[in-house]
Amino acid sequence: MTDLGTRAEGNGTSLLLRGLRKAFTDVQAVDGLDLEVERGECFGLLGPNGAGKTTTIEICEGLTIPDSGTVELLGLNWRSDAAELRQRIGIQLQETQFSEKLTVEETLRLFRSFFTRGISVEESIRTAQLEEKRKSRVGGLSGGQKQRLAMACALVGDPELLFLDEPTTGLDPQARRHLWDLVDELKQAGRTIILTTHYMEEAERLCDRVAIMDHGRVIALGTPQQLIASVGGEDIVEFAVVESNDSPVPKGEGAPVGHARVDVEMLLGIPGVQSHRVDAGLHQLAVSEPHRVVPRIFTALTEQGMHLSEFRTHSATLEDVFVRLTGRNLRDE
Amino acid sequence: MSKLDMNWRERSSLFQLTVVRFKLFLREPEAIFWIFFFPILLAMGLGIAFRNRPADVLQVGATTTQLTQALTAEKGLAVKTLDEAAGMHELATGQIVLLAVGANDIGAVYRFDDTNPDARTARLLADRAIQTSGGRHQAVSTADELMHETGSRYIDFVVPGLLGMNLMGSAMWGLGFAIVEARQKKLLKRMVASPMPRWQYLTSFLISRIGLLVVEVAFFLGFARVAFGVPFRGSLPELAALCLLTSLSFSALGLLVSSRATTMEAASGLMNLVMLPMWIMSGVFFSASRFPAVIQPFVQALPLTAAIEAMRGNMLQGTGLGQMMGKVAILVAWFVAPFAVSLRIFRWR
Repeated sequence: MTDLGTRAEGNGTSLLLRGLRKAFTDVQAVDGLDLEVERGECFGLLGPNGAGKTTTIEICEGLTIPDSGTVELLGLNWRSDAAELRQRIGIQLQETQFSEKLTVEETLRLFRSFFTRGISVEESIRTAQLEEKRKSRVGGLSGGQKQRLAMACALVGDPELLFLDEPTTGLDPQARRHLWDLVDELKQAGRTIILTTHYMEEAERLCDRVAIMDHGRVIALGTPQQLIASVGGEDIVEFAVVESNDSPVPKGEGAPVGHARVDVEMLLGIPGVQSHRVDAGLHQLAVSEPHRVVPRIFTALTEQGMHLSEFRTHSATLEDVFVRLTGRNLRDE
Repeated sequence: MSKLDMNWRERSSLFQLTVVRFKLFLREPEAIFWIFFFPILLAMGLGIAFRNRPADVLQVGATTTQLTQALTAEKGLAVKTLDEAAGMHELATGQIVLLAVGANDIGAVYRFDDTNPDARTARLLADRAIQTSGGRHQAVSTADELMHETGSRYIDFVVPGLLGMNLMGSAMWGLGFAIVEARQKKLLKRMVASPMPRWQYLTSFLISRIGLLVVEVAFFLGFARVAFGVPFRGSLPELAALCLLTSLSFSALGLLVSSRATTMEAASGLMNLVMLPMWIMSGVFFSASRFPAVIQPFVQALPLTAAIEAMRGNMLQGTGLGQMMGKVAILVAWFVAPFAVSLRIFRWR
C-alpha cells in the first residue's frame, strides 16, 4: 500500500475505518481496510467492479455489518448511535428505483418527512435542478434526472456526510458532466462527500483524495496528482509497430508478429523513459519531457527497422496508476 | 436551514407513507379493476346465471298429436310435435330433454337421460300429464304453497363468499406485490438507509388497507343489496368488524408470503400456492361441508373458510359474533401468527 501522506487541511475526522473485513460466501469482499476521511473532504474510492467499493461504502452506511473492524462516523458508531447517524448522513445507493408512479415532488416530500431537520423540498428540487420535472412521475425521467432525484433524496436531511455509490454509472457523458457540476456545488458548500466510482476521470475531476481499491484492499492512497506522479512519468506514450518491409499488421486477434522484436532495453535506455509494458500489442512507455523523448523513440524504432502503425501520447491518469499497480486495466473487466 | 415552516402532515412520516400508499394504489388502474369491479362483475354473472326463474319450463317433444295435447295441459312443459328421427336429433343436441314416443301396445315410451335432473323432472311431469289425460284421479288430495324467500337463493349464498374471496385477494396482492416490488427495485433498502422507522413502513400498509377496505366492502355489499336484495340480518357493526379482522388476517399472510421473496415470480407463485386451496375448499361458490370428513379439520382451519362462514352467519342467519367465537378465534390466530413470524424473518434488502 502506497500512502502518500499529506491530508487535506480539515477540522476533524468524518469517517474512520480500522481493520475492516467482510467475507461473503464465495469472496473476501473487504480484506483489512484502513481509511480516514477529513471533514469537508471529497473522498473517492476508485477501483474496478468487484474491488469491494460498494461493500465498503455499505458498511459505512450501516447497511452491511462487517465481520471485524471499527467504523466511526462523525465520532459515532452504528452499534450505539444508529438513529442519530441516520439523521446526520445522506445516502445515494447504486441502482435504487423509486416508485415510478410518484412525482419528483411527492418522492422528496416523503423522504423529507423522515428527517427531523433538513432543507425544504423546494430547495432540494432547486439544488438537483429538477424544477421543470417536479410534477413529472419518476417513471418518465431520464437516467440523469433519476440520478439527480436520488441525489436530492440524499440531500433533504441536510447531511453532514454524504455517500454516493457510483453516482454516474450508466449515464451519458452530458448527464455525467451535469452531475459532476452538482457534486462540485456540494463540495463548495463544504460538505464531506465519499463516493465510489470506476471512472478514473470522475475521481480525478471530483475528489480531493482517492483510495484505489483492488481485491478488497487499498493499494494506493493520495491526491490524484500525487498518485499520477507516482507512476514515475507525467506522460504516457503508446505505440504499435510493424516491421517496415512487411505489409501492415492485420488488426484483430493475437499479438502482431513484429512486436517481439522491439528492443525494450534500447527504449528504456533513452533518458526520460521511466517504464515500459505491452498490452495487447500496444507498447506503453511512461515518460517525462515528451518533447525530448519522443524524437528519440522514433529514431530508436527506425534503427530497429520498425515502422509505426499507431502512435499517441497522453497525460498520465489514474487509469495508468491502476495499470502500473495491478498490471490490469481498470475497466473492461 | 434549521426549523422550516412545515405543518404536521409534512413532518409526519407515517402520514406521508400512508398517503403514498393510497396514491400508488389509485394510480394503478388494473388494481382498481380487480378490487372494485371484478367482484361486482362476478356477482352479476352469477346472479344472472342462478337467478330464480319463475319455475323452469322444460322443453319436451312428442311424436303424436294425442300425446302433444295431453302434455300441453302441464304448465311446466313446452311441447312440440316431431317425428321420431327429428325428435332423437333434438334430444341428442339438448334442444329437448325428453321425447314421448307414441306406441301401439302401450300408451307412450319416454326417452330421456336419467342422469340429467331436468330430464327426470320432465319425465315425472310428462307422466303425470299423460296419466291424468288418460283418466287417473288423485288418490290423496294435495295443494302447493310456493316459497320465494330472500336469503335462501344462490346469490344470497355466494355474496358473502365473494366478499371473503375479494378481501383475501386484495389484502394479499396489495401487500405482497408492493413489498416484493420495492425489495426487487432496492427501494426497500433505500428506505431503511434513511431514518424512516421500519414499523411505520409496515403500518402504512395496514392503514391504507383499512381505508380501502371501507370503500371496497361498502361498494360491493351496496351493489349486492341494490341489485339483488341480498339480506343483512345480523348487526352491521359486527359485519364490519368481521371484514376488518378478515382483512388483517390476510394482510398478515400477505406480509409473511412477501417477507423473503426477492422476485415477483417467486412471490406470485407463493401467493397462488397459499390462495389456491382456499379458493377451492373454503366454500366461496358451494358449501365447504361438501368436502370429505377426513379433510374437514383442515378445511375448517383455513382463514377463508372461517371468514366466509362467519359472514354467512351474520348476513343470512343474523348470528351474533358471540356465537361464532370459534371462527373469530381462527381469524385472530391467522392474524397473530403470520405477523409475528414475518416480523422476525422480514428481509429489508
